[in-house]
Amino acid sequence: MNMGQLSLLEQGIAVLAALVLFTSFALLAQSRLTSAIHSFAWQGAGVALVTALVAFSSHTPHLYLSAVLTLGLKSLLIPWMLHRLVRQLNMERLVENITHPALLLLTGAALVIFSYWVSLPIEKLGLGNTRNIVAISLSVVLLGLWMMVSRRQVIAQVLGFMSMENGLFLAAVASTRGMPLVVELGVAFDVLVAAVLFGIFFFHISESIESLDVDRLNRLSEREESA
Amino acid sequence: MSAFWLVLMLPVVGSFLLALTSSLAVSGWLNVAFCALEFLSSVALAVQVHANGSLSLTGFQIDAFNVYLIMLTTFVGLTTAIFSRPYMKDVCEQGRLTRKRMRLYHAMFQMFLFTMLLALSSDNLGILWVAVEGATLATVLLVSLYRTPESIEAAWKYFILCGVGIALALFGTVLVYFAAQQVLPDAEAGLSWRVLYQHAGELDSRVMSIAFVFLLVGYGTKVGLVPMHFWLPDAHSEGPTPVSAVLSGLLLNVALYAVVRFKMLVDGSLQSTDTPAMAGLLMMAFGLLSFVVAVLSLQRQRDIKRMFSYSSIEHMGLMTFAFGMGGPLATFAALLHMLVHSLTKSAIFVTVGHASHIAGTQRIEHIRGLIRTQPGVGWGLLLGVAAIAGFPPFGVFTSEFLILSATIQSWPWLTVLLLGGLGVAFAGLFRNVQPMVYGAAPEGQVAVSANMLPVLVHLLAVLWLGLAIPAVLFGWLNDVTVLIAGEGL
Repeated sequence: MNMGQLSLLEQGIAVLAALVLFTSFALLAQSRLTSAIHSFAWQGAGVALVTALVAFSSHTPHLYLSAVLTLGLKSLLIPWMLHRLVRQLNMERLVENITHPALLLLTGAALVIFSYWVSLPIEKLGLGNTRNIVAISLSVVLLGLWMMVSRRQVIAQVLGFMSMENGLFLAAVASTRGMPLVVELGVAFDVLVAAVLFGIFFFHISESIESLDVDRLNRLSEREESA
Repeated sequence: MSAFWLVLMLPVVGSFLLALTSSLAVSGWLNVAFCALEFLSSVALAVQVHANGSLSLTGFQIDAFNVYLIMLTTFVGLTTAIFSRPYMKDVCEQGRLTRKRMRLYHAMFQMFLFTMLLALSSDNLGILWVAVEGATLATVLLVSLYRTPESIEAAWKYFILCGVGIALALFGTVLVYFAAQQVLPDAEAGLSWRVLYQHAGELDSRVMSIAFVFLLVGYGTKVGLVPMHFWLPDAHSEGPTPVSAVLSGLLLNVALYAVVRFKMLVDGSLQSTDTPAMAGLLMMAFGLLSFVVAVLSLQRQRDIKRMFSYSSIEHMGLMTFAFGMGGPLATFAALLHMLVHSLTKSAIFVTVGHASHIAGTQRIEHIRGLIRTQPGVGWGLLLGVAAIAGFPPFGVFTSEFLILSATIQSWPWLTVLLLGGLGVAFAGLFRNVQPMVYGAAPEGQVAVSANMLPVLVHLLAVLWLGLAIPAVLFGWLNDVTVLIAGEGL
């Protein structure tokens, strides 16, 4: 596919989607929690901007609402909540020790290639830009998943989770001009409730194990059962 | 129509009302009353649907398949509420819970029922997703209710694992919507199950098969399929017992319901390709794997609730396998198995709740001599386990027998695996249950105030289903089979 054949708006969408993917990598490798939260906020802003552009180019007014919703929720409210929690739990200076940063990022790159491979069949539908967007959003989803697997801090896991949601949202917006409004509102509501729950859990976890390191959540395991 | 709105709105009203009620005596009864009303209106709904064939409202679609699960949901909800009233009061009096958290418990119990009913009745695949995610959020709070480090850890695991799973399911849903937009004249209707099913043959088969993988892994996490099952034993063992009963009896069914609905779509779209049975084969593989792993893990459990949660994984695996195999016989068997498993498993968890109250622990080696201390609980556990292990004349025997017959017809060599697995599961269950029921009771073990009515009702129903399936129910399940498999028994 030749980028030059696309309209200026579509090119803009593609560039922004690529930037969202870039913030995913930034999230993955960011060892300081506050900086990771900032990367997440930028990712939310990127997704909101893509949504607004898609709304403009395809004349779907309800997408403007989703754009505002995403901006408010993903790039302002949730990062703000996380920031406050980090401050309350005295973790502003905390730097997570990432053991193999190069391996972490290389696996991330492999996941992006894998996503492109998975979305190959969609290219055969001949829908120009769509394949790129589906592949990028799947990459964002998988990178979020990878972040949850590889990072040990509870807050990093939550960021991974939320960035997965960003990837899903990107897929819905860019490949299908957004889901019906009622579904989007439902999803946004679920995300909000989940964010609040995460906040509550931070306190419970830090109370019960005196840290937010998932490795110390190890009371329930099959090994202990058989001992 | 009004019956349907009652079914859907009662739990919402109940949830808010119970969140405001602080008196323990009142809220327990209020919970039971709301569940009873929900059950009655779901019966009315079932009668309506039975008379008309199906019921379509804007955004909702009730046919034989979901009305059967709606009734099962409200029924198990009711009996669990009856059990939970004295049980949770006891827990509260022991000081493990504060009043405030009892309010949370009751409100979330109703909220959980609401999300289940919404997921079952919605015609919109997006709303189905929202409801299943909502159920996760409601049950996370229930699992962490005791606020012990273990329960917090279990709830966190559950939250993260199911959150990730369900996110993948959303990606699958987006892909389905994408495929629908390419063919449907009205793009907005692209998530309506009714519309999609009519156009299943036109949906792009490549996109649909990618979507199904995501959907199966996503909703499969909630079904408890191996290897995405790790949340299940923890959540079941650390949450309050009534929650284990509804998790095993209801939540897993609803997730499986979602998988089956999507399988029907994908089957339709793959019909003319060279891999028409791809969805079914995937489900069979996941189902068998879950079955085998669960049967083996069952053997080494030391915690009574963990053991039975592995038994849930085993049975969900069996159902997924049967639904995947397809065809009228296997589908009918899987539907029947869904019903009898829900009834039996919730009865077992109720009994287990009492048993661990008597012994003061959930460790299997410390639970002894139930039948001497409190014969009702002892017999309940013994009969419940006999039923779940597939002893005739209980209903589980019937459905497992039908699943085996279907397997012999289409995949004869897998029968060996299934039979062997059932035998191993049976051995594991009885090896542990026998001393719990008959062993010498420790000194000073006293009976607790137990409410065995729900257990009795459930086990009698399962027994009845094993001896004779009532003609109404047979016709009903047969209608569902026609809906799913294209033809009846």
